[in-house]
Amino acid sequence: MSASVATPETATRSLLDVEKVRADFPILATRVHGQPLVYLDNAATSQKPKAVIDALVRYYEHGNANIHRGVHYLSQLATEEFEAGRRAVQKFINAAEASEIIFTRGTTEGINLVAQTWGRQHVGGDNEILVTAMEHHSDIVPWQMLCEEKGAKLKVAPINDRGELVLDELEKLIGPKTKIVALTHVSNALGTVNPVKKIVAMAHAHGIPVVVDGAQAVPHTIVDVQDLDCDFYSFSAHKMYGPTGIGALYGRKALLEAMSPYQGGGDMISSVTFEKTTYNKVPHKFEAGTPDMAGVAGLKAAIEYMQSLGIEKIAGHEHDLLVYATERVSALDGVKIIGTAAEKASVLSFTLEDVHPHDIGTILDQEGIAVRTGHHCAQPVMDRYRIPATVRASFAAYNTRSEVDALVRGIRKVREVFA
Amino acid sequence: MPELRDLYQEVILEHSKAPRNYKEPAGTNHKAEGYNPLCGDRFTVYLEMDGETVRDIGFQGAGCAISKASASMMTQTVKGKTKAEAHRIFQKFHDLVTGHSHDSEAELGKLAVFSGVSEFPVRVKCATLAWHTLEAALEGKQEKISTE
Repeated sequence: MSASVATPETATRSLLDVEKVRADFPILATRVHGQPLVYLDNAATSQKPKAVIDALVRYYEHGNANIHRGVHYLSQLATEEFEAGRRAVQKFINAAEASEIIFTRGTTEGINLVAQTWGRQHVGGDNEILVTAMEHHSDIVPWQMLCEEKGAKLKVAPINDRGELVLDELEKLIGPKTKIVALTHVSNALGTVNPVKKIVAMAHAHGIPVVVDGAQAVPHTIVDVQDLDCDFYSFSAHKMYGPTGIGALYGRKALLEAMSPYQGGGDMISSVTFEKTTYNKVPHKFEAGTPDMAGVAGLKAAIEYMQSLGIEKIAGHEHDLLVYATERVSALDGVKIIGTAAEKASVLSFTLEDVHPHDIGTILDQEGIAVRTGHHCAQPVMDRYRIPATVRASFAAYNTRSEVDALVRGIRKVREVFA
Repeated sequence: MPELRDLYQEVILEHSKAPRNYKEPAGTNHKAEGYNPLCGDRFTVYLEMDGETVRDIGFQGAGCAISKASASMMTQTVKGKTKAEAHRIFQKFHDLVTGHSHDSEAELGKLAVFSGVSEFPVRVKCATLAWHTLEAALEGKQEKISTE
């Protein structure tokens, strides 16, 4: 960390007008236990701007009808909006074609979709699936289930003490038996940004497809799936200012076309008789049933909102907060930062001597500060550091240095209680 | 508004820092493991039963201040009690921490310091983890007890 950073008085390097951003989020006016809400649990879910909330209301007040089947006005309108949402996602992650975007309930469903379709078609008994030691449970369990079904083996690429992937070790684990490499773009527990492009190149050298968990990356970085050259990329709207229950999976078109459907139902078929069903084209083949049209409208609004702020500006602001918070929090007696990778995004995980994170969370909550405490659905990461849990503060576009100061005061209060 | 000091009373903090009966008694003939997946708390409760009576009790593991202090004070309370008495104390303790009844505060003695937990509903599991584990050990159940 640079020693030149910083005091709260130091003008932030951010180009974001944070007060203006804050005014876009109605929930930030909430008071918790008589204190202003300090929301630092963004890696769990971000808050939603008025623009996203309005998009949901507008959909239900003016645009609601079922898609892809009606000849009436509203159905056509809803279909157009839905497909416009798909094109917005395509541009957001720079996919080559809109048909490479499948709407899902979120990151987890996208990963399960790949495991249950491409995975079940291609993974056999003596095969291996490679994940990393920093994966969220949602990028471990779907692969474990597949391994159990097929008798395949799950291999785990190690991380070092800073929380970075050991690339040499990872590369050694890619071999003739490997069928899939699955990894997170940004670690939810440690904040590490992984060199996805490099790892994709390693896997592709062996002809192995790569599935990327992008849940923690899309809120903080510009994602370009063609530049990363990954084969699948899954993310959720709710961590990037969008609504809950909607997400998207990018899949390389040639792979999607060769894949069997995920679920059966309406919309994913082109014709059905009791003798034979013909499946619809991609991406509809993977979207059985009436989808979350309102959610797609909200996701589109979230993308537009992020783009209106500027994703690079958001990233710059969050980096500034992370550097400031890391410096201030690590200066406190007894604090140990968990996850000190050179490349990090927006996550500050730490422990405080032998005070259990859950006790810290309760005391911070009394100060109106929302942090996540626990294993962050990444128990193997906790085991790696031999700790049961951490406290995790995670930042978004609307967080401020004075909120970091509130966090620091809160941690001091914890020390007073446990003195 | 709930007050932190109601939750983190001195007695609780003291027990969390220096838990009593933090051991596996030599004569252990029953044990159970308890786990709270929400926060990763994990305790093993050991019992040396003499018929229906808890002759000796100990616990080991890791957890937050509330769960550790609760385990510590539980061991002090149930040592020498019968299975039925331990069960009845847990019922009263459970009523206390869930805010269902504060009638038994006098009867619960030192355990009454946990009454503040009722103002912090997400922490009830912390206060009761060791007790659920004790029940499992008393019943001789082998499977791991989870509060989820």
